[in-house]
Amino acid sequence: MPVYYYIFLAVALFCIGIIGVLIRRNAIIIFMCVELMLNAANLLLVAFSKMHHEVLGSNQQSAAGDAQIFVFFIMVVAAAEVTVGLAIIVMLYRNTHSVDVNFLNRLKN
Amino acid sequence: MSIVEILFWFLSILALGGAAMVVASKSPVHSILYLILTFFAISGHYILLNAQFLAIVNVIVYAGAIMVLFLFVVMLMNLNADSEPQQKNKWLLYIGGIAGGSLLLVIVAALKQTAATTQLVQMNNGDAGLIKNLGMVLFTEYVFPFEISSVLFLSAMIGAVVISKKEA
Repeated sequence: MPVYYYIFLAVALFCIGIIGVLIRRNAIIIFMCVELMLNAANLLLVAFSKMHHEVLGSNQQSAAGDAQIFVFFIMVVAAAEVTVGLAIIVMLYRNTHSVDVNFLNRLKN
Repeated sequence: MSIVEILFWFLSILALGGAAMVVASKSPVHSILYLILTFFAISGHYILLNAQFLAIVNVIVYAGAIMVLFLFVVMLMNLNADSEPQQKNKWLLYIGGIAGGSLLLVIVAALKQTAATTQLVQMNNGDAGLIKNLGMVLFTEYVFPFEISSVLFLSAMIGAVVISKKEA
């Protein structure tokens, strides 16, 4: 498989995530679209690690492993981000009885 | 067409269709279920690339833990298609779609020119993604970031409790 198939797949997933962030007003859906964009980046990192592996041969193990460790740490950060983000959304819902992000402009006052 | 290519196209269509339905569906619960489908398709891609450790972690952490947390919060708030906040200004919808589509167009057009994109990806073999090799790298070279991530989790846990506590 040439690597550009993976590049275009990841770019398409990322752009769907961006469109979701732009057009939806439900805070939870926006948050899920951010997760989708993180996953597109992860997929691209793994594809590039395997491309690296193919180009340099199997004597360069660690370089391919580095990318996958990086993906692992992205998942760690995403898990931490989701706990705090969902706590914020729950508090938003408790204060405004809605998950509409447009109510967040009350922070202005 | 080999079996690997058929699987690649199948999983890609599954991932893209699921992602599109996440944005398009009215009910938040349906969005979450489609996102789980997308994550499973991406895990399938990891298996196809022989990154077995990441495939399993993706299923356990993303599809298993994170999405169940989302589902739990949506059901806690009792959200459904009726309580969904509506975009009042239809123009914002079109502008958002056009902006995202233009970004896709620009990136694809820019990447089509680069020469490195025709390089092959090693499918279905290669042992960089096996648990043994990744574990060796993680616990020798990356042991310090690994320990730091435990501090990150601790602070995230404390932060979540402090934020969601009632009127502290």
